[in-house]
Amino acid sequence: MKTRQIVVISGKGGTGKTTVSGSLAVLFKNHIISDCDVDSANLHLILNPELREEHEYWAGNKAEIDENKCIGCGKCHEICRFNAIVKKETGVFSVDPFACEGCKACVLVCPVNAVNFNVNHPGNYYISETGYGEFVHADLRPGEEMSGGLIAQVRKNSLRLAVDRKRDYVIIDGAPGIGCPATSSLTATDYAILVTEPTVSGIHDMKRMIEVIEHFRIPYSVVINRYDINKQRTSEIETLCNSKKIKIIGEVPFDEKVNYANSNAIPVVDISDSEAAEEIKSMFQKLLEEIE
Amino acid sequence: MSIKIAVLSGKGGTGKTTISVNLSHVLSEKYSVQLLDADVEEPDSHLFFDYREGSEEKTVFQMIPEVDNEKCIKCGACSRECQFGAINIFTSGAMVFKNLCHGCGVCSMVCPAEAIKEIPKELGKLQFRTSEEGIDFGEGILKVGEISGVKVIRSLKENMGDNEIIILDSPPGSSCPVVETLRGVDFALLVTEDSAFGLHDMEIVSKVLDEMGIPFGIILNKYREHSAEEKHSKEFKTKFEDKLFMKIPLDKKLAGIHSEGRLFVKEYEAYKDKFLAMFDQIKELVG
Repeated sequence: MKTRQIVVISGKGGTGKTTVSGSLAVLFKNHIISDCDVDSANLHLILNPELREEHEYWAGNKAEIDENKCIGCGKCHEICRFNAIVKKETGVFSVDPFACEGCKACVLVCPVNAVNFNVNHPGNYYISETGYGEFVHADLRPGEEMSGGLIAQVRKNSLRLAVDRKRDYVIIDGAPGIGCPATSSLTATDYAILVTEPTVSGIHDMKRMIEVIEHFRIPYSVVINRYDINKQRTSEIETLCNSKKIKIIGEVPFDEKVNYANSNAIPVVDISDSEAAEEIKSMFQKLLEEIE
Repeated sequence: MSIKIAVLSGKGGTGKTTISVNLSHVLSEKYSVQLLDADVEEPDSHLFFDYREGSEEKTVFQMIPEVDNEKCIKCGACSRECQFGAINIFTSGAMVFKNLCHGCGVCSMVCPAEAIKEIPKELGKLQFRTSEEGIDFGEGILKVGEISGVKVIRSLKENMGDNEIIILDSPPGSSCPVVETLRGVDFALLVTEDSAFGLHDMEIVSKVLDEMGIPFGIILNKYREHSAEEKHSKEFKTKFEDKLFMKIPLDKKLAGIHSEGRLFVKEYEAYKDKFLAMFDQIKELVG
């Protein structure tokens, strides 16, 4: 069987992506687990991974001005479109590394070659063992911008491992939003699970996410998390899904045990006597029917 | 001089928007307030207010190259110098990959044949309105299909008013959109939730704040009474107790109010005084 990549995605943050993907990590068999939310990675907190490999990810560049060479002409400041070059009190210029996008314009205009162009180290990625399968994850260094590239590394390594080991699935915990991290999590996957919540914000963000998923032409279904905090909004989501012929494969109740499980490194489906856990298990069965 | 406060969290869904809109509402009774929603990928703050008549919209553009293939000599300088792989030369001429372009202008700068001019591409919109209670409200909206909201956030912030207080509802995470939101703010309110996830992600953002030299305080949201014995609670206590401003309990009713797009401070009056007291504390810390 060809390896299939299944991504859990949401648009709005905090709707329960990691709760769902953490449970899928436990319920699926013969799979690789992949955390693509690299700037707020949480899946490792519930999977108790044992680190096997650590890889540095080097990509992009950042400019740095050698203050001993800088003559203070300000050409770099003029050309930079990212407000990344600031004048110091001493009259020379320096680069704000948080603002620099690594375009090299300043390097090209400097008349005295005072700008160094250093390769950047946005973060690391890891391959770990867990009791549920091998796990590929990453850390973006705080404030970095190359999250899309780092996510691509996590995706590439997850798929490579899955193919080498003849795994049936890659389960991906996606990034929030609709921008670069979310689209890097989503691109070239075989199936998406859109986790939403019955709130005005959840519905607003879900609609934007649907546009993105449909742009990528990925088959998908919806899970409504904490469906009972606002049943009227839940039926609004149901109506929306019906009109677009989107399947709802789970409606998970508000359950304090989920908060407890997530804070005690326990996958939700492993807690006993939890309504949320039961619903997630039944969601898994429906998901299998959808993707088979 | 305005006091600029960014509301951020690391983890998504901890209550950034809840705090931003409720705090703005409370403060607007005493001060002139501008609320800017910088979560441009998924902007939600606008859902919590009614508005007075009239609004202003601005479009945010980024410059992208357009190559005149009549003039292009296929030397390849543009594609060699572009750091983002956004322009390539084929036998048929140059091709621009619009989504990869950062709009830096290097390609047109290095072109010896003056074959590249820059044309604007729409990235998103800014919308400005005044809420019923008098908050100057602005939001950035990234166009669906665009991959980076940084420029939209930057443009939004160029529209800061001279209000006494400016509140910025920040995007989740800790990468470039968050940094763009934080540049130049006086204080950050970190909204976290009472879970191992919340603490983990908040700690990452607190490092960004330390590096940028921005003072911060913490609101612990979805607080559970029984969490005291959990590992993350003990860790939170040792590391961050001194920065804790306020606890808001995990409460299905409060979640219900917010889910409808209503302001919880209108129904839980006690929080009004808490928010006002918190702002006084912030004022003192900012000096």
